Amino acid sequence: MKNKIYPHVLKGIAMLVLSLLVSACGTIRGTGDLGVVIERADGSVQIIETTGRTSLARVDGLGDLSHASVVFSRDERFAYVFGRDGGLTKIDVLQNRIVKRVIQSGNSIGGAISQDGSLIAVSNYKPGGVRIFNAQTLEMVADIPAKYKGSDQASKVVGLVDAPGQYFVFSLYDAGEIWVVNMQDINNPQIQKFRNIGRQPYDGLITPDGRYYITGLFGEDGVVLLDMWNLKSGPKRILNDYGRGNEKMPVYKMPHLEGWAVANNRVFMPGVGRNEVIVVNKDNWKQENRISVHGQPIFVMSRPDGRHIWVNFAFPRNDTIQVIDTISMNVIKTIKPGKAILHMEFTPRGENVWVSVRDNDQIKVFDTDSFEELQTLPALKPSGIFFTSRAHKTGL
Amino acid sequence: MRNTKKIISPKVLRAASFLLALFIPVCTLASEINSHQQERLIHLLKHDCGSCHGLTLKGGLGPSLLSERLVTLPRELVVNTILYGRNGTPMPPWKTILTHREVEWLVDYLYSGDAGEK
Repeated sequence: MKNKIYPHVLKGIAMLVLSLLVSACGTIRGTGDLGVVIERADGSVQIIETTGRTSLARVDGLGDLSHASVVFSRDERFAYVFGRDGGLTKIDVLQNRIVKRVIQSGNSIGGAISQDGSLIAVSNYKPGGVRIFNAQTLEMVADIPAKYKGSDQASKVVGLVDAPGQYFVFSLYDAGEIWVVNMQDINNPQIQKFRNIGRQPYDGLITPDGRYYITGLFGEDGVVLLDMWNLKSGPKRILNDYGRGNEKMPVYKMPHLEGWAVANNRVFMPGVGRNEVIVVNKDNWKQENRISVHGQPIFVMSRPDGRHIWVNFAFPRNDTIQVIDTISMNVIKTIKPGKAILHMEFTPRGENVWVSVRDNDQIKVFDTDSFEELQTLPALKPSGIFFTSRAHKTGL
Repeated sequence: MRNTKKIISPKVLRAASFLLALFIPVCTLASEINSHQQERLIHLLKHDCGSCHGLTLKGGLGPSLLSERLVTLPRELVVNTILYGRNGTPMPPWKTILTHREVEWLVDYLYSGDAGEK
């Protein structure tokens, strides 16, 4: 008898332990290696993980994502997705579900999360302005219409970023202004307006240290620089040759400035309407070099260590990625991953880069050292790729 | 000059314009864009025009391309804007990428109301 029961009990215990282990593995995990990929075809996102390079889930119902961006809560659990249709959606990346979704405007372009993670700001085209929300509940705490002199229509807002001290900074496309909003007192936003900065600012970025806000101009040559450590001095015009110049080449896609790379004490910027990456010295803000590249750059992204710059290009030359060495300033690698390369995102410490190949309906993962293709994942017209490590970076 | 004036009587003019009116649909037929091209144009409209005008064409940095707005504009203006771009705005000329026929087809497609948000 004894002998017969024994194996039975043992098997039972083994099963119990095994099932406990399995369920534990299934429920407890960190989020530091997770990310969100925008699928613009059907308004969905994929939740992916970068350790095993797999897709974990798809979340549907996010509306028009033809232009979308994402910021993350500081605990890296929630992704805030800003959609073209004015939708602001909060996704739980551990439970693969929408926690809350609000349609906050008719047409929006991007967003930012405050330094302390408590506020989400969204920049809107229609009605033009910025709206600020409680990050937990998505209830609106401030509405800032971009009204300006000489027009009864509010301006489209671009280049919205966060800055240290609970600031949000953004540019008014139609008005040619930069606004700086201090949200330390959420009931009483302090707005500082800088007027006549130049024609048609089309995007902005803030340097990773949060000090310089930089806006590119489409309507004229030049770049506007605002020193957040010295707001009293106001915006300053730099790089007067930067822009489309006299022989204006058609621009089939606006470059993204979020991708301006700061590496090796230099800023690498996409040439507007030119097949060039512009290199600017960060000490004096003077142009130092122009690097000829395959097409008009869209994203000029620094590998996290700053040694290499990865560049993708505008339609119709958007089948190519080039890699620039920041010491020799040469293009050291040209890759053709497929049709319509829309975005690139580096893993937190930069050993891999994830690339969205829209027209192939694929995401590809490359080794950033050997340039070897490591993985291909299916995705429905993928565009932006956003990893949770952005949670701890100013301006992202 | 006087002779020509005399030759082209109102009657002839009317007849000519009638013929011309007949000819326009014939032209459209002749410039039929095959289904492969149509697919390519719709893809371009959605994804490349869409990066400024929105995937649903409701507008973004660029204005809405929905038929209810376009009908308020002369068709020729729309065709020319696509072909030659629009000064003072980011709208680029597409003449090196699209043929005149393709642009005509795209504009018809936009006016038909089949494009954009359903």
